[in-house]
Amino acid sequence: MEAHELSFEPDDRYNAFLAVCKKAPCGKGKLAGIAVAVKDNISTKGIETTCASKILKGYIPPYDAHAVELLRHAGAAIVGKTNMDEFGMGTTTENSAFGPTLNPCDTSRVPGGSSGGSAAAVAGNMVRMALGTDTGGSIRCPAAFCGIVGLKPTYGRVSRYGLIAYANSLEQIGPMGRTVSDVSTLLQVIAGKDRHDSTSYDRPYTHTPVADVKGLKIGIPGEYFGGGVDPKVAGVVKTAISRLEELGATTVPCSIPSMKFALAAYYVTCTCEASSNLARFDGVRYGPAADTKKSWHDAYKEVRKAGFGTEVRRRIMLGTFALSSGYYGKYYTKAQVARENVKADFARLFSEVDLLAGPTMPTIAFRLKEKSDPLSMYLSDILTVPANLAGIPAISVPCGKADGMPVGLQIMGRPFEDECVIDAAYAYEQAVK
Amino acid sequence: MVTEKDVEHIAELADIGINTGELGTFTHQFNAILDYFDVLDQVKGDTTVTRDLTNIMREDVVEPSLSRDEVLKNAAAQEDGFIKAPRVM
Repeated sequence: MEAHELSFEPDDRYNAFLAVCKKAPCGKGKLAGIAVAVKDNISTKGIETTCASKILKGYIPPYDAHAVELLRHAGAAIVGKTNMDEFGMGTTTENSAFGPTLNPCDTSRVPGGSSGGSAAAVAGNMVRMALGTDTGGSIRCPAAFCGIVGLKPTYGRVSRYGLIAYANSLEQIGPMGRTVSDVSTLLQVIAGKDRHDSTSYDRPYTHTPVADVKGLKIGIPGEYFGGGVDPKVAGVVKTAISRLEELGATTVPCSIPSMKFALAAYYVTCTCEASSNLARFDGVRYGPAADTKKSWHDAYKEVRKAGFGTEVRRRIMLGTFALSSGYYGKYYTKAQVARENVKADFARLFSEVDLLAGPTMPTIAFRLKEKSDPLSMYLSDILTVPANLAGIPAISVPCGKADGMPVGLQIMGRPFEDECVIDAAYAYEQAVK
Repeated sequence: MVTEKDVEHIAELADIGINTGELGTFTHQFNAILDYFDVLDQVKGDTTVTRDLTNIMREDVVEPSLSRDEVLKNAAAQEDGFIKAPRVM
């Protein structure tokens, strides 16, 4: 393989990058010489990987995540690691230990999160495409807020090996780009079975987008246009959906009754998984040193208090509480039953329709520091978490503006029908371009 | 309803470390969030979810892995090629 280097010295006015590779090696292949940014919770051999947390400051992974290895094989130049909410916990990228990322469309606003750095790097023309991760909307939210395309693939379609785990039953690595075509190309490279991730499926993605929605039946869940959704955002998305009708799709109103429980089920599940996954950060194998002269509880407490930000500590404690004796049945078990109900609702709907469509986010991008209360921040994830609970593919594609800011159209599909979701987004994108 | 004492106990369980000055805010926020979680009380059924899946195991044979040097590279405290940890006893 012929090796080259790509020079990369961006004017990072949005604080999108936590690490930059000024000379990024690249080779031949599907992504030959293309600059790709990688979210900082995805391991990159030899490049500092912090999850935007002080607890991993200085950590240099000794191996590549499987998705990163595939990028390198495809000839991509990995030009840097992007800013994020610490460990993926947030909706604005303000929860980074290294300062917030700004929205390239309006720098007084957040780019969304948690993959806000990846979205800003793509929207700000610093890179053509980027990898993000989506646990409860972390690819689709920043894609919507910054006016780019982002896909959460079907759970199992992309290996999570080397993704630093936050809530492993929910999260997927996925592609972000300025066009549906770029997102599709990036998915071609990263999808497929990996023996290091026992939840990965042998479902490679070899599709090229086709701009055709003729004959497709699209369900429009009432819950996606209910209270809490900004009427201006709802209006922009309804116009986009009528465009899909003009292109030959039929739409039918439908309902997801379990949406009532989805957000609580999501936050119980992700905090419980976080409390377990983040137990490994104790300053022993990586990160700032634990004081080995102290007893282990004292040493770990000291490292974790200094190293984790407030939101991470909040979620670890919530998860610890929800799993504790006497509360497990009330929270964790009920959340898993609710999750099954969400899955059952989607299965029922997908026996009647091919796709579901609605807004990605209930509002446009918030102003920096606008949301300070954790619960009100959590509530803004209501339209994205159902796809994670059910493991289904979901894309956000730009569909216009409200109050001068981008709005995302979210399209969800059947498990492992990422192709259909991508085709519908492509048909819309080509029709309005 | 959780109290400041409960939050202190949870912080202890999670080895998270907490200042007395932070207890009030965390307690207030937890109560708001847990009130919201109460919607789950309306979910019918409480049987643990089972799935028709089997564990994927491989043969217990040594496969190539990271070298000792690579593993130790990120450990802040080490001695004689081992990672040094706080005392347990």
